[in-house]
This record gives sequence, C-alpha cells and structure tokens, in this order.
Amino acid sequence: MTRGQAWGLVGLLAAAVMAWPVFAVWPDWLNAILISKKAFVSAILNGITLAGLYFLVASGFTLIFGLMRNVNLAHGSLYLLGAYIGYEVTNRTGNWLFGVVAGFVALAIVGVAMQVFVFRRLEGDDLRQTLVSIGISIVAADLMLAVWAGGTYQIATPEWLDGALTLPIITAVRSNGASVFLTYPLYRLVVLAAAIVIGVGLWLMLHRTRVGMMIRAGVDDRAMLQASGVNVHAVFAIVFAVGAGLAGFAGVVGGSALSVAPGEDVRYLLASLVVVIVGGMGSITGAAIGALLIGLAEQIGLVYFPTYGIVLTFVIMVVTLALRPQGIMGKAR
Amino acid sequence: MTMQRRTLLALALFTGLTAPSMALAADDTIKIGLLATFEGPFTVLGEDSERGAMTAVAEMNGMVAGKKIEIVKGSSDASPDSAVRAARKLVEQDGVKVLVGPLSGDEGIAVKDYAKTQPDVTFINGTSAAQDTTLRDPAENFFRFSTDGAQWMAGLGTYAFTEKGYKKVATVAEDYSFPYTQVFGFMAEFCKAGGHVPSKSWVPIGNKDFSSVIAAIPEDVDAIYVALGGADAVNFLTQYQQGGGSAPLIGGSITVDQTVLTSKGKLRDVLKGTPSAGPTADTNDAPAWKAFVEAYKKQPGAFPSPSLFAHGYYVDMKATLLGLDQVGGDVSDGGKKLRDALSKLSFDTPTGKVSLDKNRNAIADIFLTEVTEGADGTLLNKLVKVVPQVNQTLGIPEDEFMKLGAVNRDNPSCP
Amino acid sequence: MSLTLAADSTTSQQNWLEKLGPGQIILAVALALYPLAASDFFLTQIGGYSLIFGMLGLSLMMLAGYGGMVSLAQITVAGIAAYAIAILGNNNSNILGFGWPWWLAVPFAVLAAALASALIGWISVRTEGIYTIMITLAIATATYYFAQQNYAIFNGHSGYTGIRAPVFWGVNWRDPRPFYYLCLGSAVLSYAAILYGARSTFGMTVQAIRDNPRRMRALGYHVTAHKVFAWFLAGLVGGLAGVLLVWFNGRVSPGTIGVDAAIDVLIIAVIGGLRHPIGPFLGALVVVLMQTFAIDIVGAERFNTLIGLVFLVIVFVSPDGILGLWEKIKPHLTQESLRSGP
Repeated sequence: MTRGQAWGLVGLLAAAVMAWPVFAVWPDWLNAILISKKAFVSAILNGITLAGLYFLVASGFTLIFGLMRNVNLAHGSLYLLGAYIGYEVTNRTGNWLFGVVAGFVALAIVGVAMQVFVFRRLEGDDLRQTLVSIGISIVAADLMLAVWAGGTYQIATPEWLDGALTLPIITAVRSNGASVFLTYPLYRLVVLAAAIVIGVGLWLMLHRTRVGMMIRAGVDDRAMLQASGVNVHAVFAIVFAVGAGLAGFAGVVGGSALSVAPGEDVRYLLASLVVVIVGGMGSITGAAIGALLIGLAEQIGLVYFPTYGIVLTFVIMVVTLALRPQGIMGKAR
Repeated sequence: MTMQRRTLLALALFTGLTAPSMALAADDTIKIGLLATFEGPFTVLGEDSERGAMTAVAEMNGMVAGKKIEIVKGSSDASPDSAVRAARKLVEQDGVKVLVGPLSGDEGIAVKDYAKTQPDVTFINGTSAAQDTTLRDPAENFFRFSTDGAQWMAGLGTYAFTEKGYKKVATVAEDYSFPYTQVFGFMAEFCKAGGHVPSKSWVPIGNKDFSSVIAAIPEDVDAIYVALGGADAVNFLTQYQQGGGSAPLIGGSITVDQTVLTSKGKLRDVLKGTPSAGPTADTNDAPAWKAFVEAYKKQPGAFPSPSLFAHGYYVDMKATLLGLDQVGGDVSDGGKKLRDALSKLSFDTPTGKVSLDKNRNAIADIFLTEVTEGADGTLLNKLVKVVPQVNQTLGIPEDEFMKLGAVNRDNPSCP
Repeated sequence: MSLTLAADSTTSQQNWLEKLGPGQIILAVALALYPLAASDFFLTQIGGYSLIFGMLGLSLMMLAGYGGMVSLAQITVAGIAAYAIAILGNNNSNILGFGWPWWLAVPFAVLAAALASALIGWISVRTEGIYTIMITLAIATATYYFAQQNYAIFNGHSGYTGIRAPVFWGVNWRDPRPFYYLCLGSAVLSYAAILYGARSTFGMTVQAIRDNPRRMRALGYHVTAHKVFAWFLAGLVGGLAGVLLVWFNGRVSPGTIGVDAAIDVLIIAVIGGLRHPIGPFLGALVVVLMQTFAIDIVGAERFNTLIGLVFLVIVFVSPDGILGLWEKIKPHLTQESLRSGP
C-alpha cells in the first residue's frame, strides 16, 4: 500500500464518519444531546448555504483589497443598494432574473464610478480611502432610508425556485415504520450552487485569463506591474466593477432568501470583515474557507447556544488573529 | 504662532454658544413636546405615531382652553440614550412643560428615569410598553394612558387553550425586554389554563436567518407563538413558509401589526387565521373607532388602518389635551393641577374607556383578533372578542402578581 | 504604508507660560467663564457633552496621530468604564450594584477601561496599518453584541439605569455648573497630559515607531510593548470620558457602545483634525451642535446625510480636519490684509 493510498483510505474513513450522522437514523441519546437530528442537519445545511451568501459578498471585498489595498467600508452599502435595485426591477418587470442582472450591472457601474471619481484621487493613501468609504456608507445609508423608507422588502422569487426539496436524509422514523425525510428550501440550495459557480468562475478568471494574470501580478507587486506597461487603472476599474457587482448580485440573491431592510448594510459589512480577516485578506480561497467557518458557527450557535451564538463568530476571529495574524490563507507581508 | 490662531478660531466658535435661549411660549400658545423615532430604522413607526398624535390635535382644531397648540418635535433613533437627549432638549432648551412620548420600551424606562429629575414637567407616554415604566419604581410625573406589553396579551392565552384547543405551544421571540413582557402576558394565562410551553427560542436582535431556529422547534407542538416585529417578523414568516412549516401560529401584538400586514411578499398565506391580541383591532365596528380611522386617514401618508403606534400616541395626546383643557391650559404652577387632573381623568377613546391606576398606568380594553383577508385583498386584524378593562396586573391581585417576579428569559416557565 | 498623520511635536525650551501662548490662555479663561453666559442646557448638553466626546476623540487622536493606529473601539473602552461604574457603584436596575463609594469605583473603572484598551491594542497590533481599523471595528461590535446578550454582568439590552453622579463637598456634581467644570477639568487634564506625553521620551519613541517600526526594532526598542502601552494610556483618557458619560446620561446600555457611536467618535476626531489634541474638541463641538439642532434646521430625518457630507468634504479637502482647513485659509487671509493695506 503506497502512502497515497493510505491517505486515501484515511480520508474515506473520515468521510464515512462525517456522513454517518447525516444519513443514519439517530439513536435516542444522540437526539437528546443535539435537540433532534432535524435541528442538527438543518443547522449544518443552513450554515453551508449561508456561507455561500457570505462568500458572494466577501469575495468582492477581498478582491478589491488584495489588489488595491483599499478597505472599502462601503461594501455593505453596495450590498444593500443592489438589493433595493433588484427589488425595484423584479417588481416592475415581474422577472426575478432581470432583477439579479440589474443588481450586478448597476452596482458594477457604481463601483467603477467610485474607483474613478473617489478612490483614484486618493491613491496610495489607504487611511483616507477608508475614511472616505465610511463617509460614503453613512450618506448612502441615509439616502436609501429616504428613498425606500424603513420598511421591509421581500424580493419575490420565481415559482420554479420556490418550495421545499425532499432530501434523502431520514430525520425520524414514525411509530408505524414510515420514514420522515428532511425537507429543505430549494432556493437556499440554489444560492449555494450560485456561490460555488461564481467561486470557480473567479478562480478561473484569476488563473486562466490575461486579466487575471495582471490582477495576480498586481497583488504581488503593483509597482512592477505598472512598470511593465500595463494600464493599472484599467485593471483597477475592472476589479472594482467585479467586486462591487458581486456585492450587488449578493444583495439581490440574499434579499430574496432573507429580506431587505435598513441595517443590512452594516450586517453584511461586518460579516465580510470577519470572513476576510479569518480567511486572509486578498485571497479568494481564504474567503471561501472563512465564509464556511463563519456561516457554520453562526447557525450552529443560533441553535445550540443562542445567547452567545452571535459572539462566537467574533471569538473565531480573535483566535485566528492571535494564532495567525495574516488569516488562514493570507500571505505574511 | 499657529496655535494662537487655532485657539482664537475655537474662541470665535464658542462665543456663538452662549446665547441663553429658554424661549418662553407666548401666552396664547401651549407648547407640547412630541418625542418619537423620526430617525433610524423605526422612522416609519415614528411617522405613524406622529399621525396619531396629530389626529388628536386636529380633533381639537389645534386649540386647547382657548390657546393655540404648538407641537415641538423631538427625535430619537430608538436608543434610550438618544431618547433622553431628545427629551432634555425639548424640556431644557425648547422649554416644554408637557411632553408626549417615547415610542419603544427601553426608551420609556430611560425617559421615566429622566422624569424624576424634572418634577415640574409632566410626561405622558407614547407607545412605550415596558412593564417597569410604571409597575416598579414609578415616577410621580410619568403617565401612561396606553397599556403595556403584558396587558396587550390579555385573553390570548385562554383563547388559545380553550377555543383553539392548543395544549402545547413553542415560543419564538426576540431576546430583549419587550418580547419577554409579551411572552409573559401570554404564558401567564396559558399556563394557568393548563397549557405547556416546552420550548422557548430567544433569537438575538438583528438576526435575520431563522431557518435553523425553525428546524429546532419540537415537531409535536400544537402551535407556535411568535413575538417578532418588523423585518424580523417578515423574515421568520417567509422562512417558515419556505421551510414548509405547518403548525398554526399565534401572534404577538407587533407580529401582526399593520406595518407587517402591509409588507410585500408571500407571507400572507402563513399569516391568515393567526390569532393575536393588542390594543386595537382593524375591523372594530364601534362607531367611535370608525370615526377615528376616518380622522386618521386625513393625515398625510396614512396607512389603510392606524397602527398601534398611531393609536397609542392618539390616546396619550388626547388625554394630555383633555387634561390641559380641564386646567384651562395653566401649567404655571409646575403642572401640579394638570397632574391632578390627569390622575383622575377617565375618558372614552375609540377603543373604549380608559382610566389610570395608582401607578398612573392605564386600565383599558384589549382586543382579541384574528388575521383575515379584507374585501379589497388587504390583510386585517378581525375582531374576535373584547377583553374589558384590563389592568396592569392582568386581574391578578397585586401582591400575588409582584411575586411572579420581573420578566426575563426564564420567567414564567411551564414546560 | 502611508499612515502619515504627522502630529505637532515641536520641542522648545521656553517657560510654560510662553509655551502656552496668549491664544490658549484666552481660550482657557473663556472656557472657565462660559457658565456665566450660558444657559443650563448649553452648559451640559452642549458644553459638557462636547467635552466628553472631545475626550473620546482625544483618545483616538492620540493613537491615530502619534501612533498611526486608527481605532474604532474607543467608545467600547469608555463603555467598559461606564458599565464598571454602574456595577461597582449604585444603579436602580436591581442587578449587581455593589454600592462602592465613588472614590473607589472611579479609579477601578478607569483602570478596567485602560486594561481593556491595552488588550484590544495587543490583539490589533499583531497586524499593521489599515487592519487596525477593521479589527477594532469587529471588536467593538463583538463587545456590543456580548453586552446585549449577557444579563449576568451587562443586564442585556436594557443595560443599567439610575446611575447618579456623586455628591460630595456639598456639591451635586450632576448639577449643570459643577458638572461642566468637572468635564472641563478632566478634559484639560487629559489635554495637558497628552501634550506633555507627546514630547516625553515615550511619546517621541511612539512617533518614531509610527514612522519607521522596522528601524526602531533594529535599534532595540520593543515595538509591541510601546504600542500596547500607548493603548493603555489612551484607555485611561477613554475610561475617564466613559465615567463622565455615564454620569451625564445617568444610564448605560448596549446602544451607548454600538457601531454608530463608534463611528461618531471617528467622525469627531477626523472632522476636528488628527494633528493636534485640540482638534477632537473642535470636532466634538461641531458634531454635537449639528446633532442637537439639525431637527430645527434640516429636520432630524436627513441629519446623517448632512454629517456624512461634511465628513466627506473634510476628508477630501482637508485631511487634517478643521485645523487643517484653518491652516489653508490663513495664508490667504494674511495676503488679503497685505493688499488692503495702504
């Protein structure tokens, strides 16, 4: 048996141990400890799907930081604006997909405008860029409150995304022997799928295209990239468009899963912050790992220790900082 | 000498700050402070509460005891600190002697605490519904003609147990004092009737994703009692529907308020048939209520039916004006006469007779309702039953009631 | 890294009266005589409140201006002192309240705040520059959530009410005039301490670390220890402000230390200017005036747009806040006076 086969076997065993609590029918003592199998499996699934949403928001944030050293604290506002625009477009056209596209495109334009008219003027001064982004987020939040008032909006998802999916996971067995299967909202699985597709897409863009090559070069050494004749400003604008667009996209997708209301901007800004601090600033893979950790921690915390569940995510952040200040996938600088 | 210039600049700014401006009201006007949430996420509620208050002012044609009513607005963002700051400005800078507000629970406790330091000013509550604003350690000059969050639940626990036949109910509510009070009000009756509450989920404020909470609710409960407000209520209901939830719901007072019923989206189907209780009911046929709704609708931007915030501010503003009318608008004695008049005041509101107990808290009718679809497709709270003259101790003798203890996460309990 | 917020650090050998200069003396006299002219409302709600928030801004200015560490957690530090006063002293929330006398509770509260500040500093100095702002924001939020959820120590969402300022020497220190002087005294003390500290060996070392940490490390300085101690000192100022804040409000709750409040402190410091310790006080005055009277002018609804725009303009036009604005205008004024001369 080779070394590789041995590891493969270990991995298979680990996977089996992980899969057992998901597929097996639980004995009573396990149900007693973890409330119920339904609660446990739902928390895990919700954690993973929430991670998908967090990843969508945080990937834009980390991309922008990685290249431009720009901590854009208005990123949450981009999310919320995207959600409102998505709501308006969906409502008027009656087509949810139009809303999603509009959310992405509109925010991509906003992102380019922010880069060209605001951040480019303050290039190289990261503190002022950050302060400006705080100012923008304050004004944006207040203007959005003026336009859409304090109400709660729900973006209507199309029929084909509605309803619950029955998963091949038995949560309980009735006294008559019939199995109860877990049902799970289809839409949340779609969000997860979208996040995975976009994550893979981003990775391919960064590693297989010319623009991606420039971006990676810029992350490593901006001055050298500029010196080699690349129009850095164009690259910056593209990255800002993609990053802001992703925030807008996430706004529409998230606003359909949850809801759109004032205060969501700060919530998703904080989620992005924690995700990228844990995962490592500037790394897409890091954002994915961070999102998964934070999403799971949040949902499991909510079910098993609701009182301090919300603090748990921050504990993870502090522990990460203490052990590995640059984040899990971050490069030491 | 840059330092000097700087300090001189500061000085120049400063001299503008000394103008003492206790602008006294002219003799022919009466200034009333109106404190509500005109900023932050509760702006919508604050604006509706203003409509309610202005309905009362309009009823008097803007005059009381021959003097013109001047409303001075104060704005908070629903945090207790900002409520006290706004109250201070109204009292100490604008010089109001009568103040109506605030809107939310913890703000009420903060303003009551401030009221103790201003014995010459008369404070009348807005819609703040925390028990301890008047029950424990009350202020002599703080009056509440609207009822508290536990009173709002009167009759609901009994109704759920006897009429609906629910024996086991799980609760889901936000993790702070107002929902504790509501759950307390519901459980006080429900447990006494013989019901059980095996699971209470306290969801941190600001949480938007309830699906895991929903999954953790025991499957064998007959119904779920939900006390969430605004965005949280909308989220919970949507996710409940998405997750294929089938247990019927019981609503807290703000779960099925107009602000939630008018929300856009698919949660309508889940809401229909939900019993709830509160200080108002949309389909109240009493002529006084209908007249009130008509008057309310004349205010700019009004909802199809007044929210309980509009109603609460209306009742409290109306009481204030009636009190002022009785004393001829005279508050020159530090408001002593006005406070005497208010303590004895008993009057008919659109929702029945209101009077005060010894802690200056309202004794009033509570409405048991059920959500139904109106003729024009809008959702309404249909009146099921009126619970007459509910007092703050919910009909339980006071010493026995106080023994139940202050509301918190674990009190009461009947698993 | 370009966190160059060079702060004034001119050393001179003049005597202290000369060093102060007539401007500061006039200002001091004006501040001391302010109660003669101002109404009670202006005295506490504008004067006292501005001084308290000025001190909070000062503790941020000192970290940002001299140390290059922009913290969003100063309100958290103040909040810890405020909660400590509520817990160690008296409150009427029926939770804890050990009833310590003020002269015991206040030093403990300030010390607790300073230690918390040092801890926050220790966590955030592990990373550099712009990270600090993110990490402190996250820490501030975590503390806010924790205070909101914890009933045993923080009494949850409701927090503590009924906290009264002490009465001693026959004076109720929450009465407008004594309270104003209390705030003024604390502010002057912090201001002077920071002016002095900036010129001390320690202050110079911290500024040198801000400009070039690597060189300082090579020279044998313990960079982390210096930074953490700077956080500790900033915590003392922030804690003192927190004590005054809880006496001012008579209460403390998670809302007092929320994200909005954290950003308010940053706005105050930036609007005023991070170059000189007087800046935060100027900023606090401007912001408090706007906050109080916006409802009479633009309506409370759009207050945040107004303050956000002012903030944006300041950051764009004059990175050194109002102080920097003055520096920019001054040469033009002198020009003007030359031209208008005979």
